[in-house]
Amino acid sequence: MTQKLVVIGNGMAAGRMLEHLTEQAPDAYSITVFGAEPRVNYNRILLSPVLSGEKTFDEIVTHDDAWYAARGITLVKGGEITAIDRAARTVTARDGGVTPYDRLVVATGSMPFIVPVPGHKLPGVVAYRDLDDVNAMLAAAENGGRAVVIGGGLLGLEAAAGLRMRGMAVTVLHLMPTLMERQLDTAAGYLLQQAMEARGIDVICRANTHSILGEDHVTGVRLDDGTEIAADIVVMAVGIRPNAALAKSAGLAVNRGLLVDDHMRTDDPSIHAVGECVEHRGQCYGLVAPLFEMAKVLAAQLAGDATAAYEGSVTSTKLKVTGVDLFSAGDFAEGEGREEIVLRDAARGVYKRLVIKDDRIVGAVMYGETADGGWFFDLLRKATPIADMRDTLIFGQSFAGGAKLDPMAAVAALPDEAEICGCNGVCKGKITATIADKGLTTLDQVRAHTKASASCGSCTGLVEQLMALTLGDGFTRNAVQPVCACTDLGHDDVRRLIVAKGLKSVPAVMQELEWKTSCGCAKCRPALNYYLVAAWPGDYADDYQSRFVNERVHANIQKDGTYSVVPRMWGGVTNAAELRAIADVVDKFQIPSVKMTGGQRVDLLGVRKEDLPAVWADLNAAGLVSGHAYGKALRTVKTCVGSEWCRFGTQDSTGLGIRLEKIMWGSWTPAKVKLGVSGCPRNCAEATCKDIGVICVDSGYDVHFAGAAGLEIKGTEVLGHADTEDEAVEIILALTQAYREQARYLERIYKWAARVGLDAIRAQIMDDVEQRRLLAARFLFSQQFSQTDPWAERVAGLHAHEFRPMAHFEPREAAE
Amino acid sequence: MNAMTTSWIDVGAVTDVPPRGSRVVKEAGGDIAVFRTANDRIFALRDRCPHLGGPLSQGIVHDTGVTCPLHNWVIDLETGQARGADEGCAGVIPARIEDGRIHLLLDREG
Ligand code: SRM
Ligand SMILES: Cc1cc2nc3c(=O)[nH]c(=O)nc-3n(C[C@H](O)[C@H](O)[C@H](O)COP(=O)(O)OP(=O)(O)OC[C@H]3O[C@@H](n4cnc5c(N)ncnc54)[C@H](O)[C@@H]3O)c2cc1C
Ligand code: SF4
Ligand code: FES
Repeated sequence: MTQKLVVIGNGMAAGRMLEHLTEQAPDAYSITVFGAEPRVNYNRILLSPVLSGEKTFDEIVTHDDAWYAARGITLVKGGEITAIDRAARTVTARDGGVTPYDRLVVATGSMPFIVPVPGHKLPGVVAYRDLDDVNAMLAAAENGGRAVVIGGGLLGLEAAAGLRMRGMAVTVLHLMPTLMERQLDTAAGYLLQQAMEARGIDVICRANTHSILGEDHVTGVRLDDGTEIAADIVVMAVGIRPNAALAKSAGLAVNRGLLVDDHMRTDDPSIHAVGECVEHRGQCYGLVAPLFEMAKVLAAQLAGDATAAYEGSVTSTKLKVTGVDLFSAGDFAEGEGREEIVLRDAARGVYKRLVIKDDRIVGAVMYGETADGGWFFDLLRKATPIADMRDTLIFGQSFAGGAKLDPMAAVAALPDEAEICGCNGVCKGKITATIADKGLTTLDQVRAHTKASASCGSCTGLVEQLMALTLGDGFTRNAVQPVCACTDLGHDDVRRLIVAKGLKSVPAVMQELEWKTSCGCAKCRPALNYYLVAAWPGDYADDYQSRFVNERVHANIQKDGTYSVVPRMWGGVTNAAELRAIADVVDKFQIPSVKMTGGQRVDLLGVRKEDLPAVWADLNAAGLVSGHAYGKALRTVKTCVGSEWCRFGTQDSTGLGIRLEKIMWGSWTPAKVKLGVSGCPRNCAEATCKDIGVICVDSGYDVHFAGAAGLEIKGTEVLGHADTEDEAVEIILALTQAYREQARYLERIYKWAARVGLDAIRAQIMDDVEQRRLLAARFLFSQQFSQTDPWAERVAGLHAHEFRPMAHFEPREAAE
Repeated sequence: MNAMTTSWIDVGAVTDVPPRGSRVVKEAGGDIAVFRTANDRIFALRDRCPHLGGPLSQGIVHDTGVTCPLHNWVIDLETGQARGADEGCAGVIPARIEDGRIHLLLDREG
């Protein structure tokens, strides 16, 4: 019978151990994993980019549900273990469930340390350890306000930078004289403090917290010297403690952490432990690299390799705050028999310091330029004698007697055993060999096959350079297509950063996202304007100079510079009064051409720009409004006569089409949106080649989407069935809103659907009823601000300068 | 017979033209597009794209360029030349600002 393996804790160490184990010995165990967090396994070290908005939670998931299913692993989410019964070999969960094991792995990580000052239990005091903490911080940041972060170490600073990017005023309180004093010397700590302050973060060092203030929620923090700082949220990030309480109460040997030997075994031969909860040879760790090494050893042990052993790690640190480059490793304290080599370049804000003992590097601190960090770290770990290169050592590996080599040459010069990815211990040779053997061409593939760059991501640049070296022209960096030549960011990143950083104008986006041109181009400006319109309904003032002329003057420009005018005909239905008004306008303004469009309405072509406001005034008087035939917006809703007249009609397709057009007109969308509603499957309204189509049937409404009949021809896909008209409307509004929020500018619905997957869209709209309701509600909310007839606004005088020349000189007329 | 002379003609205030925008001056020689950049520089070109005659005054203005509304050629406001791989030139009309007023150097019958 297969043995039962139970794992307590589903964090980074457990996740990695399971990866190795199921690869080496897929059938050795029947595995059950208990994770106290109510979710799948994710890359905890990337919580900071989630906090800052640079990544979404989905992007940092390491193992999704399908991963566990494919390996036959039972994952109990939200399954906290409260007791281990070693005699009976069972574990007990909080809900009372008892699970037997043959072998047990404890991987409970660590607990954030909370300073027990008065007020530390008040609502609004959070730690920084898991997604719940991030969500608590995000909720606080939503209202702006002030945050105090206690602790100026790695976690505290990442939290501070993230909250600042979310728009909060942030103060960091740090007990010691300089930031990150355990990883940095005072000079680098000072540069770091300057960099944080330059971001608008207040830093107070030597700050001893006296108490946290507030009655029923945090209102501030008081320091020992009496200073009070207002706060809507307090983040405690002062340190971590191995989470070994459960092990201790089971009688296992615990010192600071749960004691393990080199085989990752506790003093109970059937119980192993891995990760931050353990103490190994007197060391407890707080970074992933050692845990990943432990995970590998433990997996090998469990797979039957009794010789696999872990011998401890030397660690290095990088701070993941975008724009701050910092690296430290080893022991950099001054001391007897130690020498140092220092390089400072104030103009570039660079500081590097190596600490040498007995001809070997024992410590390295780098600030501002960290490309050589991996190389120094390598020399340090291998205890390489440095006498021969001592003179130029501080300039780094690529120093070749003068000018600095370009980064590609530096990477090319690295030996195969040089470590590229510190988190996962992946060296250069492994990466280049895997690229060649497996024919890898994208960064994601390299991540999947080697794990390089898959954890904290700070080595991504190096990995890309290696790919470029190995693949030559076959490598296109950055699979992300930039929006245009003005930026390196892709559409999705821009959209996310607009929301995350609360950017509310085109210039703000360009400034914050470091646009390379002074004011963009005709490609990015309309895209940014749309993203802002979609992100901040009611709150964003449209930048009309960033719109294509058609959307600026609310008519379609023609090849001769005249314009066409297409009034709305709701659902393709009109009447004598409207037609009469159209006929009168045609006569009055001598409009040369009148045509039925393919969208069931009338097009007046060849109107002079100066005449547009007057033409609209007359059309408005008859109740005709803009048909947005010119916009990335709702265009037409084609209908057929339906049950009202047709002998086959099953539902009121005309009525539904009109209802949809009345709700949806005026909405701005990534590209144009056209609807069709047919009263029966004979489909006279051609609904099955529209962006969104409805086919009425006896039992209700089949909602279709993602059709195309322009540059490409493509029948629609079925989104789902609605029993009632109300339900069909809600589905369509939710779909439109999902499209508005998720598609890239100029991407029609069928292209968006092809990119994100039909099922992903169905899941949001059809499977998750709550999500559908929220999407539809957001659509309706934004419609409040968009349903003003743009023609009427201009008849009333808006943007009058558009329709009038600035000056008009007739021949022979005087200059006056 | 009247002789042709060129002279600086006041065509309106800088503020009559929206920033990153354009207005048209109608004149015997044809329409002129007057552009105002984001940092308030003023340029003037013949309002005819060298490609197929598109009205440049209706384009999107960015840095010192304008993208034609018909087929997206980008015309440089300083030189009137098409940028990138496209070739052609929209005539430049000299423009200057005096006391917040825009003056163009135009041919006049004197
Ligand atoms: C007027 C009209 C042709 C007609 O005489 O019937 C028309 C005219 C134009 N179409 Fe269209 N399309 C018209 C129905 C269609 C249809 C049929 C339909 O809507 O049922 C299609 C195919 C369905 C579709 O949308 O895919 C259609 C697919 C296109 C495309 C290809 C879009 C695509 O993504 O594949 C373009 C080009 C584009 O948008 O980039 C286009 C672009 C244009 C433009 C806007 C070209 C331009 O940029 O100037 C034309 C503007 C003329 C004007 O000033 O009014 N038109 N166009 C129709 C107006 C419908 C309306 O009432 O608003
Ligand atoms: C914001 C942040 C940024 C970081 N950045 C970096 C970085 O840049 N580089 C780096 O190397 N490291 C970084 N770290 C540290 C790194 O995340 C940890 O070293 C690593 O996650 C530890 O892995 P672990 O599996 O031991 O513990 P964890 O990942 O914490 O996993 C332990 C899991 O066990 C669960 N658990 C605990 N008790 C029980 C129980 N009784 N029953 C069931 N489940 C239980 C917990 O809920 C938790 O999910 C960062 C950490 C944080 C919080
Ligand atoms: S098919 Fe559409 S875009 Fe092409 S010429 Fe006809 S109206 Fe214009
Ligand atoms: S007319 Fe200007 S780009 Fe074609």
